[in-house]
Amino acid sequence: MSSQRSTSSNKITDDELTALILRLQTLLPQLDQSRHGRVSAAKVLNEICSYIRRLQNEVDGLSGRLSQCLDSMDLTGFDAEIVRDLLQQ
Amino acid sequence: MNNPHHLNPTSLKSRFTTRFLRALTKIRAQKPISSSSPTEIFRRYRRIKVAADKSMAYSVRSRRIWSRAMLWKLRSRSYRRQDPCSGRRSGKTNQAIMKKSSNENTTTRREDGVGFVEEADELRQLVPGGETMNLCNLLDETAHYIKCLTTQLFSPIGKG
Repeated sequence: MSSQRSTSSNKITDDELTALILRLQTLLPQLDQSRHGRVSAAKVLNEICSYIRRLQNEVDGLSGRLSQCLDSMDLTGFDAEIVRDLLQQ
Repeated sequence: MNNPHHLNPTSLKSRFTTRFLRALTKIRAQKPISSSSPTEIFRRYRRIKVAADKSMAYSVRSRRIWSRAMLWKLRSRSYRRQDPCSGRRSGKTNQAIMKKSSNENTTTRREDGVGFVEEADELRQLVPGGETMNLCNLLDETAHYIKCLTTQLFSPIGKG
């Protein structure tokens, strides 16, 4: 049964749900739609959870590496890159 | 502006990088005499990790539920250190929030047996403030949260 209720009543329609899940699927290269088509919501969420955990671990790792080499880092060198990024926009 | 995303990743990346750099400079300046001991490196790692979260949360500000939750968490951490009583208050607030969200979990139970309650609950644990979100918000916030995590990793500091 697909409901046509609006989001203002705090219930979600099937279409909205599908759209949100699909958007998450596009963030996962391993579930690329051109090869896998429709994947179950459970699988998408499962992969998303693994993906988030992996990203959080990588941020952890980055913090760890920075704590080791912070003293020898040239922190002023990044200004040019920041400006370049802004100009590219 | 050619960017189709409302997120505008480049300027978010710039805001994050600028803030993170400022924090790293401060952390480096706090160097004690015995700065190469494992304990000191661990302390520094903790500070850097908090700085990374803070820099991202402040770059997003209150525009997102997850960033508001993270800012709230970061602030209550520092308050708790000064005021031992505030821990009890935040516990009560969490309970009230949990009660509110439990009613909305029924949207994840589906008649056709294609459920994802467990997966959604697992996701709630990973996204800051996830326990307070209804399913729609959770899925929306997750996409933005992931984009911000990758922004952290692709900032010049992350790659360099």
